[in-house]
Amino acid sequence: MPVPPEKLPRLLAATPPEGLAGHVARYGPIPFRGRRQHGGRARVGVPGGEGRLIDSVERAGLAGRGGAEFPAAQKLRSVLDRSRKGLGGRGGAMVVANGAESEPISMKDRALLTVAPHLVLDGISLAAESVGAVEAFLCLNGDDEALRRRLGDAVAERQQAGAGPIPIRIAAVPPGYVSSEESALIHLLNGGPALPTFVPPRPFQKGVRGRPTLVNNVETLAHLALIARYGPGWFRAVGTQAAPGSALITVAGAVNRPGVQEIALGTGLREVLAAAGGPAEPPQAILAGGYFGGWLPASDVPQIRVSGPDLRAAGGRLGAGILVALPESACGIAETARVARYLASQTAGQCGPCVNGLPAIAEALEHIAWRGRDARAQHWLGQLLGLVEGRGACHFPDGAARFVASALDVFAADVRQHLHSGPCHRVTRRGVIPVPGAGRPGARQEKAGQRVAGQRGNGLRESGLRGAGQDVSWVGRQAERQLGGAPGAARPGKGVPRWPTASG
Amino acid sequence: MNPIACEAHGVCMELLPEMIGGDPWGYPIVSDRPVPLSLLKLARKAEASCPMLALLVERTEGT
Repeated sequence: MPVPPEKLPRLLAATPPEGLAGHVARYGPIPFRGRRQHGGRARVGVPGGEGRLIDSVERAGLAGRGGAEFPAAQKLRSVLDRSRKGLGGRGGAMVVANGAESEPISMKDRALLTVAPHLVLDGISLAAESVGAVEAFLCLNGDDEALRRRLGDAVAERQQAGAGPIPIRIAAVPPGYVSSEESALIHLLNGGPALPTFVPPRPFQKGVRGRPTLVNNVETLAHLALIARYGPGWFRAVGTQAAPGSALITVAGAVNRPGVQEIALGTGLREVLAAAGGPAEPPQAILAGGYFGGWLPASDVPQIRVSGPDLRAAGGRLGAGILVALPESACGIAETARVARYLASQTAGQCGPCVNGLPAIAEALEHIAWRGRDARAQHWLGQLLGLVEGRGACHFPDGAARFVASALDVFAADVRQHLHSGPCHRVTRRGVIPVPGAGRPGARQEKAGQRVAGQRGNGLRESGLRGAGQDVSWVGRQAERQLGGAPGAARPGKGVPRWPTASG
Repeated sequence: MNPIACEAHGVCMELLPEMIGGDPWGYPIVSDRPVPLSLLKLARKAEASCPMLALLVERTEGT
């Protein structure tokens, strides 16, 4: 058994491509809790292991890394309870690993799946064992064929080696901000469009094929695979009491080296930005949590630590681990308006308040940003925010409203100036926050192009970077280019949904 | 209320204005207060009259 890694990186330690043998040499064998299967094929999962990992996950205090920060153990337990009771019929539970990463700024799931595919697959197998699941799906970005192929190869490699107790199938998720929302994934895997559905029933009650279904982000599952090996004490050796462990963070915007880092939760925001090469221009504000998060004034940066509870207390979010630096030279209202317009284009089109409210919010913000001199606009915008919150089947409108509300708060002085004397001179600046081409076909390609442009010089050779103490590691696009999977190579599509394809 | 099913027919708002208001686009805003006994009959009627069957009167605990 290899020695557990004492320092970070924990998840992003490998140099891709690392096969199963290298992975096992690095982290040790997959520690199934039950009887090991015979002859490479198990009848039902790995029998006897149900529930035995959940206590460790609970003691570790692992929270979901997909954005909602839901306690992982609680989710595991609710699925296990249902599958034990035989609810959802014969055949046991299901596991769905979410690696679709439809939040445009986030790059961390892709980085993780590139550097440590087997760690994610370990996590899927171990979670499946814990909840008594016999089948699993790994949901990946529908536009990223190269990544899907690599993960398909990794699944096949495990099966050949007899390390694949249950079948893991890879599903392609069509582009769209809400298409990787958990009920949308279930909808897709059940043969429908990738659109959110009305809940309850929630996935743990009635998910894929009506069975109790565990839906977890791929990073959450990778942490679970390490907790299964090294235990909760090891996991808690980094991080804070309230937010233990490490997390993958995507830093974007006006920093010198945007990219993905693995940090100990609770690391200072300033250190995290410094590890991203530091501000490229004097910063004005930080967007914490992506389009579902909130703005933090740059003056608060020295006091803020990067963890879910810390960021929420400061007015932001950890979300899917996204931090974007906005420079002084940009207009926060115009930047927020661009994102709001994009979000309006991403509504699933199902719930009236979202369909009507988000475009109206975008319009009101655009009015303040580029026209101004209209005191009523702010009042109207405030009313609109109240009209969309909590009124959708999913939390998409809530997140959008929260994001816009935090902009009105943090950029309050700018809003007053725009309303009183017209737009500031900074509105002419080209957008700093990455926003995919709003709703146009091929938006994903544009997003991919931005990623490449933002990634110059950020490669694995910087993996020795220690800008923020020893808690930081880096991975960049170069790793993927070495593997022939540059995002620019994504198939030029027209946003046509592609249905899940079986593989391995 | 199921916001996906709702198509803003507005029947519920007509029948139960005490508890259901409208937004600028005609979609209902349902109060989160429990339905008082005096309005229960009307609430049942609103539930049954929704052309999309998007409204559901639920029993809460302790009632």
